[in-house]
Order: sequence, then C-alpha cells, then structure tokens
Amino acid sequence: MSVMNKSAKKDASPILSVRDLKVHFPIPSKGLFAPDRQLKAVDGVNFDLYPGETLGVVGESGCGKSTLGRAILQLIPPTDGQVAWLGKNIVGAPHRDMQPLRRDLQIIFQDPLASLNPRMTIGEIIAEPLVTHKPELGKEEIKARVKRMMARVGLLPQMINRYPHEFSGGQCQRIGIARAMILEPKLIVCDEPVSALDVSIQAQIVNLLQELQREFDLSLIFISHDLSIVRHICHRIMVLYLGNVAELADRDSIYAAPRHPYTKALISAVPIPDPEIERNKERIVLTGDLPSPLSPPSGCVFRTRCPFAKDKCAQEPPVLERVSDSQEVACHFHDSI
Amino acid sequence: MTTNHILTVENLTTRFQTPDGEVEAVNNVNFHIDPGETLGVVGESGSGKTQIFLSLMGLLAKNGASTGSVRYKDKEILNLQPRELNKIRGVSMSMIFQDPMTSLNPFLKISRQMTEVLVEHRGMSESDALARAITMLDRVGIPGAAQRVHMYPHEFSGGMRQRVMIAMALLCDPEVLIADEPTTALDVTVQAQILDLLRDLQTDFNTATVMITHDLGVVAGLCDRVMVMYGGRVVETGSVRDIYYDSHHPYTEGLLKSMPRIDRADEESLFAIPGQPPNLQNLPKGCAYQERCEYVFDRCCAERPLLREFGNGRASACFREDDK
Repeated sequence: MSVMNKSAKKDASPILSVRDLKVHFPIPSKGLFAPDRQLKAVDGVNFDLYPGETLGVVGESGCGKSTLGRAILQLIPPTDGQVAWLGKNIVGAPHRDMQPLRRDLQIIFQDPLASLNPRMTIGEIIAEPLVTHKPELGKEEIKARVKRMMARVGLLPQMINRYPHEFSGGQCQRIGIARAMILEPKLIVCDEPVSALDVSIQAQIVNLLQELQREFDLSLIFISHDLSIVRHICHRIMVLYLGNVAELADRDSIYAAPRHPYTKALISAVPIPDPEIERNKERIVLTGDLPSPLSPPSGCVFRTRCPFAKDKCAQEPPVLERVSDSQEVACHFHDSI
Repeated sequence: MTTNHILTVENLTTRFQTPDGEVEAVNNVNFHIDPGETLGVVGESGSGKTQIFLSLMGLLAKNGASTGSVRYKDKEILNLQPRELNKIRGVSMSMIFQDPMTSLNPFLKISRQMTEVLVEHRGMSESDALARAITMLDRVGIPGAAQRVHMYPHEFSGGMRQRVMIAMALLCDPEVLIADEPTTALDVTVQAQILDLLRDLQTDFNTATVMITHDLGVVAGLCDRVMVMYGGRVVETGSVRDIYYDSHHPYTEGLLKSMPRIDRADEESLFAIPGQPPNLQNLPKGCAYQERCEYVFDRCCAERPLLREFGNGRASACFREDDK
C-alpha cells in the first residue's frame, strides 16, 4: 500500500506545503522592565504532504510536535512562515475564510475521553461538525449519516443516545475518529491518538485509521512518541528536537539507515519485544534530559546530548541538507558518524 | 516450611466493595520471588497487576480487602497492622510508582523526604541520614547531588524525579523492589537511562525486582520470569524466553502479535485482538478471554480454565493445553 502511495505522490502536487513555520510563545520575564523571553516551540519547519500520505512527527515531550500540528490547522497562530493548503497560504487568514476550509482539516486528540463533551450524547458529538458546516441538511439526514459513520468506525449505531462516560478508552477514540471523519476531510492531524490506549486496543485503532485512509484517500499527520507505531503507519517521518527538524526521510530509509545522531539514539532506545534481540542490540544511550526550550543551546540544539558533538556544533546551527532522494538531515557531521 | 523464596504469595484474592456491587480485582493469584530475580507482571489496565502489589504493601483503597497469604521470608504480612507492616514496607520491600510527581510531597525538600525514612527506620542521626541520601542520589546518577538534595520536587525533570524515587526506595537496602510502570510517563531516551539504572542496581545490590508494566519490550530486556494477567487472574507464567518464543495462552500470543515492531518493516495491517478488555463486574461464565479468543470452543464458555503447570515453572490457564 505504501508503494502505491509513493508512486502516486510523485505525479500529484502537494495538498499541504509548510514553509519556514515558526511558533514562538512570549514568556513574561521575571524582572520588572526586562523584555519578554521567547519560547521557540517550533522554529522553522518545512515539509510537503501529498494526498493519501501519512507523515509521522516524532520526538520527545516538549519538542514541539503538538504545537506544530495545531499551528498547521491554525488552532495556534504561527509567528512566522507559511502554511499553504491546496496552494493557498492560510496563515493569518480571517475566520470567515478559514471556516469553509475546516471541513477538510480535522484533528483527533490524545485523551479520548477528555476531548468529548461529557454533557452531549455521542450522536450530538459526531453530528456537530455536520450541523456547523452543512446547515442545509435535515435532521433525518444528519442522523442517518451519523449512524453510517458510527458503523464504519466500529460503533454500534444503536448506541447513538449514550454519553461518552459509558464507553471505554478505545471506543471513545472511535467516537473522536467518527467526529473527525463525518465531513469526509482531506487531512486529519492525529495527535498521539493511541498513546492512552492498551496494547490490544492500539492495534485496532491503528488498523481503523489505515482502512479509513485507503477508503477516503486521506492524508494524515501522525504525531507520536512511539517509534514502533510510526514505523507501521507512516510513509515519511519527521524527527523534531527542540522545535527544529533533525531529520526528514522515507520510512524505510530512516529505520534502515538513520543519519542524525538523535534519530539513531531514539530508534535504538525503543525496547523490542524479543529477549534475544533486546538484550544483544547495540544502543546509543543519551545522557541528560532535553534542555529548557527557553534557553536552547547555541549552534546545533542537540549538541549538549550528542555523543559526537564537536566545536563547530556550538558555533553554527546545521541546516537541513538533502543526503539522498528520500532523506534530509540537519547535522554537520552526518557523513562521518 | 523453609524455602529460599523472599516473597511467597498464595491464593491472594482482592475484592472491592463498590456502589455497583463487588468487584474481584485479583483472583486467586500465586507466585514467588527469589533473591536477585526480576519478575515481569504484564497486563492491560484493569487486569489487576497493580492491585496485587498494593494489597501486599497494605496500600489498598479503603473499600478493598484481601484474603490469602503473603509471606516475606517466613513471616505472614498480609493484613498486618500498619505499625507491624511499617517494619517491612519501605525497609525490606519498597515500591516505586508510575508518576513520580504525585508520589513525592511537593511541599517538602527532597532532603526531608529522604532522611525521614532513615531516621524513622534505621535510627540514624539527621546528618548521617543526609550523607546517606546524598550518596544514594549520586548512585542513581543525579549530578550535583549534594546541592540538589536541598531542592523541591518541582525543580527536577520527570526523569530526574523518577531517579529520586528510585534512590528513596533503595535507601534502606530493600530486598524486594516493586516498580509499577516506572518508565511509562518518561520519554524513550530517558526510559533507556532508567532501565539501565535498574539493571545496574540489581547487579550491585542483588535486589529482587518486580516490574509491573504493559510494555512487552521493557520486559524482554529486563526480566527473568514473566506473569501475564487477564481479568484479575494469572493466565500464563514462565521464563522470559518461554513466554516470548513459545507462548501457550492465546492472550499472550495475541499481545505479542499485536505489538508493532521497530525492527521489522511489515506492510500488512497489525494483528489486533478483537473486542474490549473484560468488565470485572460482569465476567462471563467460563474463561474471561473467551469473547476475544480465536481458538474458543464450547468448553471455554462453560467452565473456567485453571492455571495448569507443566514443568519448568511454566503454567497456562487454557483448555487448549489439554489437547497438547
């Protein structure tokens, strides 16, 4: 399936183009007259997304992956840069112009129960986008569409009048997916959609997302910290570190031959459920924690934890460089390590 | 009876009284741990894996009660009075929890939280206790331990807080360390550091460790033996190799198959165990896994399969075994 997608995407034009996207949050400083400091949550991200493609965005907590997802949907106003949806920049677009586009741009959240209004029935929750965006539809038609979508995502249509608390985590995530899918959008940002679920339920939801993608030619931005799931579901993967792209590559390239030392460390840190392999694999263990995004290191933001850091890394920030058809990496020494 | 088991659990059952009726969170669980051994306890949320250890540490919620037997060496410790139990828990048996922020007191400096245990249990002087706390923080890899011991929990990052929890648990040289999802809230690179630390500490102190987790990858790297829980019962036990390479219970098999693997490029869809985890309030007659099992047959719905041993510490609760 991914092979089909890859060949398809070459001729198609991107559905979404993100250029030099920045999201900086002003943080009030402690001094009375000192200027506000800037927290650079996303600091210059570029990528294209093609129809039917899944882009994985991975990184540790605080790397800016959720902020990036929200900034793309204009749920957080970007500080700078462009987000072109079907060729048209939507950064700073007035509410009036954004509203019709929202039919095509949807989001699924991490905490399945917290993202559903506890005082609405699931029928009302799933119908809400229809009521907002297609007010011309009659009550019966809306109900019919909601029931059809419920069946499609694996919920029993007769549960339409129940409330979210009556459902388990996995079922709540199906409700969230039904709500996102009801308008048949072109892009869904999935923000850690399976992180809160049990292993056996994770697989069900991942499979559902893949089926829906095939059926509706959906593009997905799949934000996750779980590199095993990302390998399974994504066609291309972007690795973020402190708001900067460390590496952006096709799935097969990045797992077979990661080029950035951070990508290497991330991949090697994921435990493999096989005792022989897990106990004998080579690992790069990073020291320390993620530095504070309020005072990121000079030069390369990863240098304070990088086992290969040299003087140059403290002086110049590396730029994202194309190393092959399918792989871009931001490291001064990607050739030698 | 003399054994060299450090902890022996027999017929442990834990029930909770709820407004909707009685819930059996742990049902007739038996296991033991030997010195220096690591036992992995695997299961989904609600499988009872945490409640077993809260029961034996006397930390159950008020509406919970346990029956059965838990022996620390030769001493019965289940349902002891807190005063008696305190001679053992925190001293010979320690527990670390998933969320280090909620298990540390945000109002007290780390120094106060760490020395308290030593003064209380070991009768150390404040200054000796502080010195010991600093040594322990240093041992778990907290840089600048002598200064940082005087900080508050919020001044530490998540990974550092978990190190503080581990240092605190190890203060009195416990013989059993119970780790309840110690790395679930942490990033993978920090998780790798903490797992390395636990492995090193085990080599240094020969502590028996219980690793409660849903992550089969963590178990594969760390544990000697594994106990798989489903619906409040043990469904399979065995050595880590037996469980991963020759699992007998369909649930274990399903769990292993449904994990996406970072070391494999699989193109097909994932194997998914169908259905939902069981509702403990309303367990079906027969096997709790019957509704999700691909091998289910008549007998599974009529009778409950018991955990049957078949040598080498292997046991599985499934009727399919009878045919083998």
